[in-house]
Amino acid sequence: MAMHRHDGALMEGSPYAIPSRKLTMWLFLISDAVTFGAILFGYGYLRTASSDWPAPFKFNPSILNVIIMTFVLITSSLTMLGAVDSAKAGDKAKANRFLWSTILLGVIFAGLHIREWFALIDEGVRLFQNPWGSPLFGATFFSITGLHLLHVICGVVAIAVISRGFSRGSLTAGHVETTGLYWHFVDLVWMFVVPLIYLLNISR
Amino acid sequence: MTAPRKSGNVIAKYLPVYFVLLGIAGLEVFLAYQHFSTAALLVILLGLAICGGALAVMYFMHLAQERRSLFLTLIPATIFVLLMMNMFWSDSFRLLRMRPFPH
Repeated sequence: MAMHRHDGALMEGSPYAIPSRKLTMWLFLISDAVTFGAILFGYGYLRTASSDWPAPFKFNPSILNVIIMTFVLITSSLTMLGAVDSAKAGDKAKANRFLWSTILLGVIFAGLHIREWFALIDEGVRLFQNPWGSPLFGATFFSITGLHLLHVICGVVAIAVISRGFSRGSLTAGHVETTGLYWHFVDLVWMFVVPLIYLLNISR
Repeated sequence: MTAPRKSGNVIAKYLPVYFVLLGIAGLEVFLAYQHFSTAALLVILLGLAICGGALAVMYFMHLAQERRSLFLTLIPATIFVLLMMNMFWSDSFRLLRMRPFPH
């Protein structure tokens, strides 16, 4: 009896007409969006409640660095779209070229991000102290940008694994598409991190 | 699994979205250097970020091409949860002005 119920469940089609792995990725991304939302709201709370919140980001190097990072990340979303399209068309060589372009752009982004971190650390910013004002600035800055950087690094590793599996034939275009969803989400989060963390705290 | 189809020029197809996203990012930086109050700048930048995020979700993540039921399942619930997080703002302003709760 239980077996019949199980079989029946297996035969039931997806109400969204998408593979279960894609739906799972969407659900993960929604939970991740709420996680980022919560920490950005937490940052907003602390920033509003602090009368001496630092505004340390000068145009050169910080904002200039952020402009380049944004360009790199949005471009990597475009190469990811190319990878998904080529993978669906069965063109493995082209898909891999796009995937490795995305990886390269992701690595450049991570490198620029780490350079930005080291520049701030050189200026005396630590998790719970900085030379300018509210000691919580470092905690929020490093945790929010750090969580995003962790997502970028995980994405780069995931794309490398997917690229290898897809070229060997053990993974399908569906896997490339699902990884692409994740990568675009990383891009999306950055669109909120830049104005809230950097542009609201520019040095005038 | 669907059969392989002919690869289209997807880069050219999504290039307008790409340029709009770059334009939004550039506009945000430009506006950040104008003389707005912090609250006004926050509203403007957040509005632009939401526009950029919506474009990325609908076109880069192809949510516009999925069944509407997927959109209706995911997006309103997410927006509702994010809106519910706004309830603590009055407390953050109380901390700024160092006023204790009235007895």
